[in-house]
Amino acid sequence: MKPMFRRIWGLMYRHLALYRRSWPRLVELSYWPILQMCIWGFTARFLAARMGSPGLMAGATLLGGVLLWEVTLRSQMGMSLSFLEEIWSRNLGHIFVSPLRPFEMVAALISMSIIRMLLGVMPAILLAWALYAFNLFTVGPVLILFFVNLMIMGWAVALGVVSLVLRHGAGAEPLAWGVLFGLAPFSAVFYPVSVLPSFIQPFSYALPTTHVFEGMRAALLQGVIRWDHLAAAFGLNLIWLACAALLFTRQFHAARVSGALISIGE
Amino acid sequence: MNAIKVENLTKRYGEVLAVDDISFVAPTGATVGLLGGNGAGKTTTIAMLLALLVPTAGRINVLGHDMAKDRFAALARMNFSSPYVALPARLTVRENMRVYGHLYDVPRVEQRIAALSRELDLGAILDRPAGQLSAGQKTRVALAKALINRPEVLLLDEPTASLDPDTGDLVRTWLEQYRAESGCTILLASHNMAEVERLCSHVVMLKKGRVVDRGSPDELLERYGRHDMEDVFLDIARDRRQAVPA
Repeated sequence: MKPMFRRIWGLMYRHLALYRRSWPRLVELSYWPILQMCIWGFTARFLAARMGSPGLMAGATLLGGVLLWEVTLRSQMGMSLSFLEEIWSRNLGHIFVSPLRPFEMVAALISMSIIRMLLGVMPAILLAWALYAFNLFTVGPVLILFFVNLMIMGWAVALGVVSLVLRHGAGAEPLAWGVLFGLAPFSAVFYPVSVLPSFIQPFSYALPTTHVFEGMRAALLQGVIRWDHLAAAFGLNLIWLACAALLFTRQFHAARVSGALISIGE
Repeated sequence: MNAIKVENLTKRYGEVLAVDDISFVAPTGATVGLLGGNGAGKTTTIAMLLALLVPTAGRINVLGHDMAKDRFAALARMNFSSPYVALPARLTVRENMRVYGHLYDVPRVEQRIAALSRELDLGAILDRPAGQLSAGQKTRVALAKALINRPEVLLLDEPTASLDPDTGDLVRTWLEQYRAESGCTILLASHNMAEVERLCSHVVMLKKGRVVDRGSPDELLERYGRHDMEDVFLDIARDRRQAVPA
């Protein structure tokens, strides 16, 4: 194995070993997505029972929105929390004096985020199919592209959170849990962008997630793949990720200048 | 040949001058002590040597690598131990060793862990979570982690702090053995003057971020007219006595 991949694996192994020894951490991964699925699944069933076919459609987009939003949220939290684990265990000093490059650390965190997201969201997807006969995979192979875009958006936000924690220490930790929820109302998760006030819509369309959820509704309700939305999502994700990478690079250097890497747990 | 060369190193945090234009070298294979009271600049200097901290001015060269331009090449050949930096508590000692074995690209990592386990008497605790170990066991594990890549330069920040005399002596003996066998260069920051006298061939005395004296322990004892390094340390820390001119 090349040294670079070995270093990335080393940091991944550290987190995988942690999960092997901590069942509460494993349960936590899927607890919230499953809970969300239960709440919104029964809501969707209620709507379908009361409203008939329109309610069924609304329920389907609701469940699709819940599941796909969890992909973004779990990707973001999977990356942010893996980084915070190093702070909580006071291990960051050892990590950063090893030959591990910052981009290798990010690669390891992204890999852990994928694993955590799959472990968290897959049980909820299976539950939606078992309890509510909602099969997200009927969207077709384009679902993979939706997943990829939502994950990239999650990583971009997580990189921003990690950057702020590097710069401002533990005081920025709560962002790891809350920051993405601030984008949810503008991401058109449960409703189309057209219901938002017109002055908010440009901001909404600047979010890659918005284009994924618009695309999801088109696929679920009309059976069409909106390539324009997918292209916009990929393009915007490139910009978001580039901005986040720039922010991370600058904040990492700033942390090395200010000494924040030494006292980051405080 | 110097394994570590520090030239005009300065670190300023706003108005605070933590390290003020210090220069020193650590010859290859030597153990150099970095001494000084709290706030003297030892930890800041070590953090800059490890590239955790960017100097405000000055240059650091480790094993022929300029740390400002080529730090990762040097870091692969160095390592570090401090009681103030922990290993993940829920991972076992073996798992922690594996993590760092991978990070330092150590060949045949399981064999290396077995060897370190024998040398540092870790066999009984190898599969116990790092968080359940005593202070002495944690120190031995931290040392094993620091030696996982057979470092050519080892930076130790108070390696025997909070250890009982017996365990402290074992660690010091082991460090002497490792240095003699491997030719490793050790930079040791310590408040234990007996430890410094025993291990160090050179000593750099820091005060308020500046180098205020340097030499071998014998030279310093002679210069200050003292019988042990503790008194030399107090003389410098409290401005009690100036070195006697040679």
